Amino acid sequence: MSQVNSAKKVYDVCVIGSGAGGGTAAKVLTEGGLSVVMLEAGPALNPDKDFKEHVWPYELPHRGAGIGGKARQAFSEFLAPNGFWEIDGEPYTTAPGSSFRWFRSRIEGGRTNHWGRIALRFGPADFMARSTDGMGDDWPITYDEIEPYYDKVESYIGVFGSKENVPNAPDGVFLPPPKPRCTETIIKKACDQLNITCIPSRLAILTKEVNGRAACHYCGECGRGCITASNFSSSQVMIPPAHATGRFTMIPNAMAREIVLGKNGTAEAVSYIDKTTRSEKRVYAKSFVVAASACETARLLLNSKSASFPDGIANSSGVIGRYLTDTVGSSLAGYFPQLEKVPPHNHDGVGGMHMYMPWWRFGKKNDFLRGYHIEFGGGRGMPGIGGFDGVCAEYEGYGSSLKQKCRSHYGTVIGFSGRGEMIPNENCYCDIDPTVLDRWGIPVLRFHWQWGDNELKMARDMQETFRSIIETGGGKVLVGHRNADEGNATIEKYVGDPLLAGRSSISEGGTIIHELGTVRMGNNPKTSVLNKNCQAHDVKNLFVADAAPFVTNPDKNPTLTIMALSWKTSEYLLDQAKKGEL
Amino acid sequence: MSGKVISRRNILKSLTIGAAAGSVMQVIPLEAAKYAHGVIAAEKTGTAGEYQPKFFPPQQYKTLQVLCDTIFPADADSKGAVEAGAPEFIDLLTSENSDYQLKLGGGLMWLDSTCTDRYGKTYLDCDRQQQKEILDLIAYRKSAVSDPSVSQGVQFFAFLRDMTADGFFTSKIGIEYLGYIGNTFLTEFPGCPPVPGV
Repeated sequence: MSQVNSAKKVYDVCVIGSGAGGGTAAKVLTEGGLSVVMLEAGPALNPDKDFKEHVWPYELPHRGAGIGGKARQAFSEFLAPNGFWEIDGEPYTTAPGSSFRWFRSRIEGGRTNHWGRIALRFGPADFMARSTDGMGDDWPITYDEIEPYYDKVESYIGVFGSKENVPNAPDGVFLPPPKPRCTETIIKKACDQLNITCIPSRLAILTKEVNGRAACHYCGECGRGCITASNFSSSQVMIPPAHATGRFTMIPNAMAREIVLGKNGTAEAVSYIDKTTRSEKRVYAKSFVVAASACETARLLLNSKSASFPDGIANSSGVIGRYLTDTVGSSLAGYFPQLEKVPPHNHDGVGGMHMYMPWWRFGKKNDFLRGYHIEFGGGRGMPGIGGFDGVCAEYEGYGSSLKQKCRSHYGTVIGFSGRGEMIPNENCYCDIDPTVLDRWGIPVLRFHWQWGDNELKMARDMQETFRSIIETGGGKVLVGHRNADEGNATIEKYVGDPLLAGRSSISEGGTIIHELGTVRMGNNPKTSVLNKNCQAHDVKNLFVADAAPFVTNPDKNPTLTIMALSWKTSEYLLDQAKKGEL
Repeated sequence: MSGKVISRRNILKSLTIGAAAGSVMQVIPLEAAKYAHGVIAAEKTGTAGEYQPKFFPPQQYKTLQVLCDTIFPADADSKGAVEAGAPEFIDLLTSENSDYQLKLGGGLMWLDSTCTDRYGKTYLDCDRQQQKEILDLIAYRKSAVSDPSVSQGVQFFAFLRDMTADGFFTSKIGIEYLGYIGNTFLTEFPGCPPVPGV
């Protein structure tokens, strides 16, 4: 094919994926003078048309529930175009005994269109896991090496927060944080009594104008996408400056199938499926940056087989797909009667929490390793689908009295979510399913998953912490309502065994949508795929710029670090390209 | 302290300034600001014209309407679930979801059969006292234990109640009833107003 087309265009760099990592690479590389072609597996985005910001539920026939009530179970039709757990014609499988869910966004900007905007730096100890507690591995880079890139990313995208000097939760370049809501005032007081650190959150939302992007207007609906780009999305903040250089080409609806190895042992092209015509095409480049999201990146590399790499390109170590982790999640909600006295007022704020609890027991002796942070929210937000299921189940009945109960309970619930670090284990990985193809003819991923005991203990600890915060704050813990045939909704059983308690409250693998670590970096080519510059040990013009290179999955959400690492990788690539090394 | 609501004129102005100041956003189209103000054309034009149910046959749809209005009735504080469009919303979703068709379509059939067994007529033809009697049974989980013959009805009613709550509280009527204030433009977020104990 390549011999036939003699007039083929060769770009400097081909970037696969347009999310946090791909978008950052496109900006840095094009502004550095290189020509970049980007493959995106979904359509281009038009915020003006595609974002449902400021729409009231009654303006849509489905009221936010989606067709057939599909969004009643998860997410809402108001969210920015965001994909789902299942995509028609693009399945994945789970191995027997494993439970794992994989959320994918096939759209320009990927998951950054709707993400939670939580922008936390990893701390120095997070890069030195093995040196700190003997588990997992150290990164091949230190905090000091990535710190300047955190500075660059935060300065460019805008992150609010406050200087706090919390151990291992480094402060950043911050815009001023918004004032706390009533719910946050209550919880802050409770945390103060319990000596739990509760500080302004750190979100990629503008509280002041940055680079011509308007400050937040406090409608509280960042997840819908922001037409004034007052929060961070790759589609609105990274892709536009790449376009502005005149050196950027975006190919939407392009599903990468294989990275093609050239005769000299470097990558020379990407074969992709043009979804609009169902035909296979190729794009040529001098270097490749894969940023398709950790598992999709692993899938692409594993599917890129050749005589030199029978187990997938750059996979001489055999570790591609291994070291898969997600965040440990657990949640609990409380009812706070004092909120019934709060008069109606605008409680929206930014689209996310104004305060949070970073890991406050760092360096202390716990019955598990590593730590977690706590996110919380609730109060008088825009009423939505499913919002009254709990009140209806608790009070039952019907009529004006139930209506009044709904009104008095509205805005009185605060939910807590723990987000903790998972330690990689040998039972968690993805590989290629030997029998299943997607509709484009590409072999699909198969997931293997088991939480370890450390994660279960951590989830149990989260539950106990939530309970103490709720009770100290004057609230009552809300428990799940059982099936009608059990007759009683409020009996709660105490579970004494910590592992059992953890198992009953821990999230399903993948559902926190922080899956990462599948193409990890390291100094040893036998146990890692990428070197410290996120460059493949085996193929020097192949780089990875999403969360696949991560060696650990600390309790800090990955997106900010994806961008900082991608920025660092891209500057290295620029430097190598200028020196003619690629 | 109080958050100022931005006027349409101001938002257009700020967008223009953003573009002129060398925004990385290129130019934000003016239509975007219009969109942001929530003046998008509603896909549905209120209650003009009789709604034609997509799933429920006429008799069942009438029963659905009566049940919705019993669950969240009009009272001195607000209009009820029917004015809020709950039956239309429930019918639309049910027409698209076979599970809802079983739960709600089947549930309404169950209600009529049960009323026929007990009172010799369908729910709509029952008098108020009979209707209250059967609803007071199926509206509570404890009935499923005390009278297993209504356990399916309890499940049905619990689901219908959730769906009616969705339809009611996502309507303009329901949102105003709750006193939700927001979904607008503020230049500054004022934080929590002073409330004793909070």
